[in-house]
Amino acid sequence: MTAKASRAAFGEALLDLGARDERIVSLDADLSKSTMTAAFAKKYPGRAFNLGIAESNMLGVAAGLALAGKIPFACSFACFIVGRFETIRISVAYTNANVKIVGTHVGVAIGEDGYSQMGLEDIACIRALPNVPIIQPADELETKQVIAYAVEHRGPLYLRLTRQNLPPVCPPDYKFRLGRWVTLRPGRDVTLIATGGTVFNALEAARRLEADGISAEVINAASIKPLDEDMLVRSASATGRVVTVEDHSVAGGLGGAVSELLSEVRPTPIRRIGTTTFGESGDPKGLYAKFGFDAVGIAATVSKFLAR
Amino acid sequence: MSDAARLVAIARACRVQIIRMLAHAGSGHPGGSLSVIDTLVAIMFGRLRHDPARPDWPERDRVVLSKGHAVPALYACMAKAGYFPEEQLITLRKLGSPLQGHPDRTALPGIEAATGSLGEGLSVALGMALGLKLSRSPARVYCIVGDGEIQEGQVWEAAMSAPKLGQPDHPVDNLTVILDYNKIQLDDFVTKILDLEPVVAKWQTFGWPVIEVDGHSMDQLGKALDQAEATRGKPTLIVAHTVKGKGVSFMENNPEWHGKAPKPAEAVAAIREILDITEPAWDDYLRTDQTTAALVNELRALERT
Repeated sequence: MTAKASRAAFGEALLDLGARDERIVSLDADLSKSTMTAAFAKKYPGRAFNLGIAESNMLGVAAGLALAGKIPFACSFACFIVGRFETIRISVAYTNANVKIVGTHVGVAIGEDGYSQMGLEDIACIRALPNVPIIQPADELETKQVIAYAVEHRGPLYLRLTRQNLPPVCPPDYKFRLGRWVTLRPGRDVTLIATGGTVFNALEAARRLEADGISAEVINAASIKPLDEDMLVRSASATGRVVTVEDHSVAGGLGGAVSELLSEVRPTPIRRIGTTTFGESGDPKGLYAKFGFDAVGIAATVSKFLAR
Repeated sequence: MSDAARLVAIARACRVQIIRMLAHAGSGHPGGSLSVIDTLVAIMFGRLRHDPARPDWPERDRVVLSKGHAVPALYACMAKAGYFPEEQLITLRKLGSPLQGHPDRTALPGIEAATGSLGEGLSVALGMALGLKLSRSPARVYCIVGDGEIQEGQVWEAAMSAPKLGQPDHPVDNLTVILDYNKIQLDDFVTKILDLEPVVAKWQTFGWPVIEVDGHSMDQLGKALDQAEATRGKPTLIVAHTVKGKGVSFMENNPEWHGKAPKPAEAVAAIREILDITEPAWDDYLRTDQTTAALVNELRALERT
């Protein structure tokens, strides 16, 4: 498999699943070319609804469609769709409507468009809702399994997808399960827990660290809510050091969730790699270097952490 | 008894229950519940295809009370229709009760959507109407919005979308929206906060057929609901001109009674007015109407606690 954006894999999966289940409908807010539902809309024009640049109404309409038996995928950039949090909170979550909320273009990795288009707080917002799982796949294989899971899952769900291409990281026999993480690389000295677009970089960082004599375990945490508590506690207990890596704010994201859980069940020294400022415009590679999300940056944070 | 007279009698009984449950709860919203009750009765007892024994019947018509703070009116109707025993009404807002302060779909079967965060219900109703059309269901969706509520921007996103959504194969002409235009919101009269006028022209410009009625006339409500149902290709808006606190003189047209529950003695006075009994005749009346006498005794007991 070649590198592919998870939004692109989503578009393909939707097209495929849509042929098998006619309850599936798509909703967009004038970004269907970017969320990659355009192909589904072309093939199934009667099941694709572009609500215009009106995300709140799109979310409410999605909830209504779900309550009438459909399986709606409501799609936009993560910042815009989760920005309509109140509608998600009441019409989707509290109503327990079977809506699949799809937030694309997550993180500083979108690059040149700058902060206003970057989803950097979406996990934090959705995590506060009691009944909405959060899933962020790391490559094409995982994305396609996650979309199939989303169709089967009854109830609201939030999917976090990237604009940028993601190299394959999951083993060919990989099977996604909600609340279950997968160890991509075993290690003894530190546990790296990465999600989405940072997983590949975490693996690269582990290879660099190995050259320096540091053995890093790398875990792909697609299931951000719920966490894989068993794997987290087991790995943290074994290595005694945890580093989370995400293209999202460290407040309330994967790092926040992991910190909260570990502090209750297994206090462990931890470093959270993520944003602590607003994002900015720039080339994605340069931004990942600046924010420390590339292999060099991750390895540097780990080395410094372990040197203490 | 004519059908309108039957509906008027049901609405009167529901008004009594609204006052009763709010007095027991000690908080809640009488003004908007009393303004919207005639509309709800006209829908739920005049035409709704539903089965209280099977609240999840897929072919049922749906009612979305977007102005969720008026939910005592909806609970009164649901109890009368048989969704739950009328005795349960006095658990309103109490710990553990499915009768939450604002509608909770997961707590009470028969509630179609969580509402009360104003401005959201029309979008949900629109999605339901579209979903039912896609499934070729004959079911209709009724959505009731408040006047203050339509100050929310999401309402206008939905209003702009609804006449166009699903066209040409699945227009949402199965959606009837009723604006409970009681002219008062929480803080003050709507004209003093953010005037909606010209409200009819606004919706017409967005592509909606609009019918204006006296929202306390069962005849006019019935005819408007018929007309909406007969309209093809578009959803319809009914602007129901109503009086906030309708039926209780000291609550009528008074912003103070938007969100304040009557004290037990006030509740007894309100019930007497709703039943149209004069003060001198009240004690004699209670000797002839044991059901009301029981409610009054219950309220008087509440006063002593």
